[in-house]
Amino acid sequence: MIHKYSQNGYNIVLDTPSGAVMTVSNCAYDILDYIQPTLEEKCPDEIIKKLSPKYSVEEVIDAYEELYILYTKDLLFSEDSYWDLATALGPAPVKSLCLNVAHDCNLKCAYCFASQGDFGQEKCLMSLETAKAAIDFLIKNSGTRKNLEVDFFGGEPLLNFELVKGTVEYARKIEKDCSKNFRFTLTTNGVLLTEDIIKYINTEMSNIVLSIDGRKHINDRMRYFANGKGCYDLILPKYKALVTERGDKEYYVRGTYTRFNLDFADDVIHLFNEGFTQISIEPAVTKELYNYSIRESDLPNIFSEYEKLAKLIIDIKNRGEAINFFHFMLDLEEGPCAFKRLRGCSCGNEYLAITPEGDIYPCHQFIGMDEWLMGNVVKKQFDTEIKEKLSSVNVYSKSECSDCWAKFYCSGGCNANNYLCRGDVLLPHKITCEIEKKRIECALMIKAALSKDN
Amino acid sequence: MKHVKVLNSKTNLKKTVKKGGCGECQASCQSACKTSCTVANQKCEK
Repeated sequence: MIHKYSQNGYNIVLDTPSGAVMTVSNCAYDILDYIQPTLEEKCPDEIIKKLSPKYSVEEVIDAYEELYILYTKDLLFSEDSYWDLATALGPAPVKSLCLNVAHDCNLKCAYCFASQGDFGQEKCLMSLETAKAAIDFLIKNSGTRKNLEVDFFGGEPLLNFELVKGTVEYARKIEKDCSKNFRFTLTTNGVLLTEDIIKYINTEMSNIVLSIDGRKHINDRMRYFANGKGCYDLILPKYKALVTERGDKEYYVRGTYTRFNLDFADDVIHLFNEGFTQISIEPAVTKELYNYSIRESDLPNIFSEYEKLAKLIIDIKNRGEAINFFHFMLDLEEGPCAFKRLRGCSCGNEYLAITPEGDIYPCHQFIGMDEWLMGNVVKKQFDTEIKEKLSSVNVYSKSECSDCWAKFYCSGGCNANNYLCRGDVLLPHKITCEIEKKRIECALMIKAALSKDN
Repeated sequence: MKHVKVLNSKTNLKKTVKKGGCGECQASCQSACKTSCTVANQKCEK
């Protein structure tokens, strides 16, 4: 399976099974319209006849020969040999928890998937006893995995900051004896950040996600306090202070774009101009129920915007400046292995979410749905039926993904999003798919543009 | 080559089947609300 497209003057070809990415001449690009495996060593006369008005015979033969060489190296039209591997996938050790330490929030963001922080349930903070039980549960169910991850999430986790500190202290105290290595992350809206909290976060958190949507009027339209006042002016200086002090450690400023700001490239560049280099702006992907929901009819505008952003990022990088846009980041040389790419979403298998009451769900997006409740860490209950079911979900069990060229980049998308939008974890959400495919195309084009060979 | 330039000629995803699958890399979340870790930009722990 191959995928070919032209963008920004580059003809790009991706061979999905091998992961080979190449730029090709116009002639080679056109030849690919007429060939399918098995390829003959000699360029077929039919192809020469079809393309010779546009290219010289010699050029067509030369281009074909080069394509044939890649074919013999298993880098073009390579065989899709992953079916057996996918079928054999089963439950894996638990290695990552999303700890919802606060089902409450000090902002009332209009698009919040968590119903303004409480997930449609009672407002509640996690107790240290429950958090310790969650850490114990993680260690117990992690098998031989050494690296364990805990993401402090909410609601707003800084509403329960003492609990965050207590949990980190507890995990650090026992990790060596258990032969584990904990990595902590935290996602915050920034409202409660102080000098001391910033110092703590920069010491203990391996990554930090700082929520902000971009330009002031864009951010404040969706991210505001109960009195309607936007949070931009309060959080921006705090984020700058945190990032300045953070040095080389990972962070993201992260925003959501909606159909109110389909010119979201301006928000990315705004954040860059404010001094941030690690930036993520993602679409609000929901059912088309709300005035801010992205609709299928918005896709052409969104595609143009990603292409515009890709060009802006190339310009920035060509000036020697650093910028990472989260969804254009691809590692073509040392990226994840095939096993990882078969089932991107770890929910319910390697990754679980814990509510303030200790309830276990496949991930934060399933919280509150009774049919997805998997147990409780305090009561030491863990029903593995859902874990077994979700562990078999992969790009080959999703029929719409199995023959998609992008399957080893998006790896089947977000199971919760599939379930919420189409009622089945196996059915991908079309708008999300189309946006993801466009981002991958842009990311590969950026690689081509920044390649020394081009 | 004149007509084709491979951007990642040193790697082939198929080869990772033999030596991959240790499970130590970050568990990934594909959810748009988190930006925790998606697959394509992930680092291999080996």
